[in-house]
Amino acid sequence: MTGQDDILASLGASLVARGDDLIEALGETAYMLGVSLAAAVVIGLPLGAAVYLTRPGGIVPQRIVWSIVNFLINVIRSFPFLLLVVFLVPVTRAVYGTTFGTPAATFSLCVVAVAVYGRLVEQILREVSPGIPRVAQTLGATVPQTVWRFLLPEALPGLVYALTSASISLLSYSTVLGVVGGGGIGDFALRYGYQEYDDVLMYFTILVILIIVLVVQAVGQRISVRLDHR
Amino acid sequence: MLPTSPVALARAGVAYPGGVQGMAGVDLTVAGGEILGVIGESGAGKSTLLSVLTGEVSATSGTVSVLGQDVGRLDRAGLRRLRRDIGVVFQGVHLLSNRTVRQNVEVPLDLRPRRERSAEAVDDVLRFVGLDQRADAYPAQLSGGQRQRVGIARALVTRPRLLLCDEPTSALDAATAGEVLDLLRDARDRFGTTVVIVTHDLDVVRDVCDRVALFDDGRLVDVLAIAPAARRERESYLDRARRELGA
Repeated sequence: MTGQDDILASLGASLVARGDDLIEALGETAYMLGVSLAAAVVIGLPLGAAVYLTRPGGIVPQRIVWSIVNFLINVIRSFPFLLLVVFLVPVTRAVYGTTFGTPAATFSLCVVAVAVYGRLVEQILREVSPGIPRVAQTLGATVPQTVWRFLLPEALPGLVYALTSASISLLSYSTVLGVVGGGGIGDFALRYGYQEYDDVLMYFTILVILIIVLVVQAVGQRISVRLDHR
Repeated sequence: MLPTSPVALARAGVAYPGGVQGMAGVDLTVAGGEILGVIGESGAGKSTLLSVLTGEVSATSGTVSVLGQDVGRLDRAGLRRLRRDIGVVFQGVHLLSNRTVRQNVEVPLDLRPRRERSAEAVDDVLRFVGLDQRADAYPAQLSGGQRQRVGIARALVTRPRLLLCDEPTSALDAATAGEVLDLLRDARDRFGTTVVIVTHDLDVVRDVCDRVALFDDGRLVDVLAIAPAARRERESYLDRARRELGA
């Protein structure tokens, strides 16, 4: 037998033994990413828009609101993720009644998703030409209309692309969540590859993660390009 | 009592924070259906005048009446309502790049209650500016002149009684600028729109304006009626180049 055959045989045996676990881990990762991306869009997007709108010299300057939200986003983003997970343990326990398992672990991923995407949204809105909000204002648009009818359509390709980048960062963050029993593909790679010395299975899992990243990147880029008519 | 003219300023002035005088003691009335040019060098107060008329900047002295309303007394909602009755054409146009020509023109209607929106108004104004065949194009696919025509269509779709234009032709070559000016005159002739054009270009004033207000250092120094004899036959860009640059 050649070395290559050995590797394939080893991988085959591992997959027969661990295949179900791998699929379960992929499902957990999909859950964590899905929920945290939803939080990014539902909470992070309005939060990023709020920072943009309330900044000094913005459309509705509100120094206190801006300072608080801006500070929170900075603090969350500067936490090493593993420490954030530990830091949030009391909050997670209060919300879920436990700190263990995929749903509870997803909570800290949501917090980071909101902060990361919120900051990206703010930066993308800053890149919109100042002429656009000025047109909105002179046409008599309210602040919500300025956001929905002018700023978001103009920034949409960038927002989609940023969500792609955010999802790749979140996939990376999610690998840490095995520490608090969050499961997922990263945890799977560590558990079987590192702790049980199954190098082949670990490399295979990393390859799967790589493929997920490439697919997410390609799909996001495609949608973004399709939306961009500049 | 407020004047019935679309635009009336009485002793209107703007002092910016820091003591800079943007505009001082301006008395100016624009009659319904008139095309008024506003000229002056940079910093003369032309842009301040436009900002005062849209309520972006508040007059710090005197009164400013636009479409029969005292702009200084309007609250935020009142200002928004007034702005929806004014069309503004910008120098840089500022179209939404990811929206088609039609969607850009629809935007002012989208800001209004549903019952006030009309698809015919959009078709009508697109025909008026000659872009009905390009309704599904995106701004990046248009020439500079076509983009400015979209800007004019956007400003006219609500049939405003007052149209404010900020350097509408400064980014265009002479022939294209001429087309844009023709459109502004047609808008007045067809819809009875009162038009105020801020410009530094004397040709613009000569070609379409009925009167011109001369600003210098924040003050209105003169208002002149444009003599019909001053209007010239429009010549093409190349003809003008030959005439002005040729030996």
